[in-house]
Amino acid sequence: MIPAPFEYEAAESAGHALELLARHGEDAKLLAGGHSLLPMMKLRLAFPSVVIDIGRVGELAGIRADGDDLLIGATTCHADVAASDLVRSQAPLLAYAAAQVGDPQIRHRGTIGGSVAHADPAADLPMALVALGGSLEISGPGGPRTVSADDFFAGFFETSLEPDELLTAVRVPRRPGPDWGYQKFVRRANDWAIVGVAVAGGRIALANMGPVPVRAVAAEQALAGGASVADAAALAAEGTDPAEDIHADRAYRQHLARILTRRALEHQTG
Amino acid sequence: MQIELTVNGAPRSDEVEPRLLLVHYLRQRCGLRAANVGCDTTSCGACTVLVNGRSVKSCTMLAVQAAGQEITTAEGLATGGEMHPVQQAFRQEHGLQCGFCTPGMVMAAAGLLAENPHPTEAEVREGLEGNFCRCTGYHNIVRAVLSAAEEMSA
Repeated sequence: MIPAPFEYEAAESAGHALELLARHGEDAKLLAGGHSLLPMMKLRLAFPSVVIDIGRVGELAGIRADGDDLLIGATTCHADVAASDLVRSQAPLLAYAAAQVGDPQIRHRGTIGGSVAHADPAADLPMALVALGGSLEISGPGGPRTVSADDFFAGFFETSLEPDELLTAVRVPRRPGPDWGYQKFVRRANDWAIVGVAVAGGRIALANMGPVPVRAVAAEQALAGGASVADAAALAAEGTDPAEDIHADRAYRQHLARILTRRALEHQTG
Repeated sequence: MQIELTVNGAPRSDEVEPRLLLVHYLRQRCGLRAANVGCDTTSCGACTVLVNGRSVKSCTMLAVQAAGQEITTAEGLATGGEMHPVQQAFRQEHGLQCGFCTPGMVMAAAGLLAENPHPTEAEVREGLEGNFCRCTGYHNIVRAVLSAAEEMSA
């Protein structure tokens, strides 16, 4: 499969990428690792007339501490997030989630910003960022802005990014403790989560239980009120309306959400 | 557009269409046919090559993204007429049946051992998660990678 023809522009800096976005508008798509965009272009589900490659913009990659947070450049690949001593010690849930994406080859190319901007509700990193209470750093013609992960995901494969904006970095609070858990239910190696659960310090996020990564609010509130893990987990699917597909119907996904939430809460480890 | 890159140690400069996939560039333009197009959907790993030493599925990368990078295919693993230890081990341990997945397996294994020179069996299996052998010859493949790891650290 070969993508439809497009014009290729290699951005030299974040500012240059913004200029190119301003020039080409909605006809353009940003390319970093290409592991979400290229498969869609090959299937002709996406056919941008201009592709702006930000994969070699050095200032958009890298991991550093920033006060109480970690700041991870948008084009940092999953393998680098997973292997980073800083992330492993300061945000172990995020390191673990990055190591669950796809397979080693995919983790060498796919980027944290790409995964987040693609906003697949079954993906690992959007769910992990919601559980961690992370936020997204965005640059645009109006200057920079920061959006919480809770507000960033707007719908099925839809975010609050505007066509002329660039996701520059992912910000997560440092959370070095062992109070996190992660569960992903798949049928085969490499698969997307049929349901996923990420837990961090009382916040519970679910993957593939709706059009966006959702919080299991009823379960969180029960936990905060002193309920047992089993009683809280029993509420994990409250208010969810997961899609049905060949892998699972609604009731089965809700069942999985409850079971996986219990396991994630029980196995909160470092 | 014009790209300059290194393929198996040799510098190259080629005019390519932006939509040309790296695997097609390697096979059609460079005449390097070790990397196979299997699933064409980033799943099977038959097209695995090394980009700056790291394993990558070349069906999901544009040739233009490879500009300025060092690409290694299975053809480039041997040095001075000597097979790479991973290649030798695949031969020794009979780590292949039909052979279609083999170049990708070998490159994924070479990339894995570069990152983790002393993997456990479980780490080898997880490290090859992105490579499918439809003959299901996994046992010998894993044995070959473990044997190569031993050989390379000897």
